[in-house]
Amino acid sequence: MKIVAVCGMGIGTSVLLKMNTEKALRQMGADADADVEAADIGTARGAARTANLVLTSAELVDEIGAVPAQVIVIDNFTDVAEITEKLRPVIEN
Amino acid sequence: MEWLVVVLEFIGQQILNVPAYLIGLITAIGLMALKRPSGKVIGGGLKAAMGFLILGAGAGVVTASLTPLGDLILSVTGAQGVIPTNEVITAIASEEYGATSAYVLVLGFLVMLVFARFTPLKYIFLTGHHMVFMALLLSVVLTVGFGEELSWLVVIVGALLLGVIMVVMPAFAQPWMKKITGDDTIAMGHFGTAGYIAAGAAGQITGRRSRSTEEIKFPQGLSFLRDSMVATALSMVLIYMVFAIWGLIAQPEQAMEILGGDDAGATIMAGFAQALQFGVGVAVILYGVRTVLGELVPAFQGIAEKVVPGARPALDIPIVFPYAPNGVLIGFLTSFAGGLVTLGVIAIWLNPALGLALILPGMVPHFFTGGGAGVFGNATGGRIGAAVGGFVNGVIITILPAVLLLVLGELGFSNSTFGDADFGWYGTLVGMSVMGPTGVGVLLSILLATVLVIAASVFQVRVVNRGWIPGAKRDAFLAEKEAAEA
Repeated sequence: MKIVAVCGMGIGTSVLLKMNTEKALRQMGADADADVEAADIGTARGAARTANLVLTSAELVDEIGAVPAQVIVIDNFTDVAEITEKLRPVIEN
Repeated sequence: MEWLVVVLEFIGQQILNVPAYLIGLITAIGLMALKRPSGKVIGGGLKAAMGFLILGAGAGVVTASLTPLGDLILSVTGAQGVIPTNEVITAIASEEYGATSAYVLVLGFLVMLVFARFTPLKYIFLTGHHMVFMALLLSVVLTVGFGEELSWLVVIVGALLLGVIMVVMPAFAQPWMKKITGDDTIAMGHFGTAGYIAAGAAGQITGRRSRSTEEIKFPQGLSFLRDSMVATALSMVLIYMVFAIWGLIAQPEQAMEILGGDDAGATIMAGFAQALQFGVGVAVILYGVRTVLGELVPAFQGIAEKVVPGARPALDIPIVFPYAPNGVLIGFLTSFAGGLVTLGVIAIWLNPALGLALILPGMVPHFFTGGGAGVFGNATGGRIGAAVGGFVNGVIITILPAVLLLVLGELGFSNSTFGDADFGWYGTLVGMSVMGPTGVGVLLSILLATVLVIAASVFQVRVVNRGWIPGAKRDAFLAEKEAAEA
């Protein structure tokens, strides 16, 4: 499974989101077959074509628009519990 | 024993002296320390090394597009024109200083952990790219001061200075961060902090009765600037067009020769193409930075969490954007205005008088640091605070990079420099400290580090921990007014 973590520049907050997503996946024991990548808003649409899941903030959702991957809004990038909770339904399917 | 010397020399020269391999090794070691599976260790290390090589490839593209612009500006204005872009100057400088700065980065991170563990400054700076930029900046100014032979000294002093600034700046910004976020769980880990604090203070003075920016309804029209590829290309096209047209009017022959066009139309389009090339180069560099950091930062963070449990993470500036999206837009616009006004002041007065370079406004630094300044200004002074705070930030990030250029040595002529406020003042202070004899330089650097740690610790204990709230009077005024209206 490929997951893309998106922020404006793709080097600061998205790396943070990537780390916390990996942590959440490890806690669920689902890190073996998941690959998390950080991306900026410009390349996110391209990256989302081959991904299963896009994680981003509420403000950037409209910029990403309609993509084949499922888009999930994360309100607090530092909150592993929130990420876990939002990822669980997707992982368990 | 001769074979041992040969082996050590090989490792030293062919592996540990090549920045890309060094970064790859550091990442791999970090991932091993976190007990990640071997596949992730190999993949992570290799990706980090390749990311660093991508950085170099992008630097070539950017330099090729900056050179004609620099020549053009020099030809029409007689002064050096510089576009501060951290990624660009880092990519250019890492060719020469990459290995030194990689050691500064790793040791500096350890120094930060020691300070976070044993002083009141419980912050873990996690903004990987700013760590990398600061490590490189310190390597450059210290090497210019101490000389290339003393690279071991550059590493030790650089690591101390890097570790210090990474715990000191979040502490100074924490009262405002508490005000903005409403709790004490995250800190500001971005080297534009001097600009944010100035914006917060300026906002408090000017916006005593101003309401929050978030009560304004704003069009979504400027949000496309969040896309850094668009923002970079757009600002570069503007800058290139201004100087291409100016050149064609003032010195048509030189302008045509520099840009390589046969007539006016071809010259303009050649400038346009160069501007887009700059955007291409920056996109390549960003891809490289992202690839390196995506592997390196998790390795660092995992280690930090084990050493200093419970410390506040100091994070990148966009973390505060959701708290005041309108403040971000206002701050960006006024910061850009502040940059333009200051550019005018430099061109008319400071360049002829002091030889300061012309710092051209880049959209990306003005968007991110101006936006951050808008959020800080809004927290203490509402709409007026956000506008004034952004403007103050714009002035700061135009003056400081010009001053910083004076201590960068040869690198000062590469038409780019470090953009954010803290790079400016910290780099300049360190650069001036090490200008004299080496011994004095080391002493002054240690003194600077000691003063900063003591000042920040006192600030943390006396101000942050006692719960000082910036702009409390305005909050009381607004609450009273609201109560009166209700």
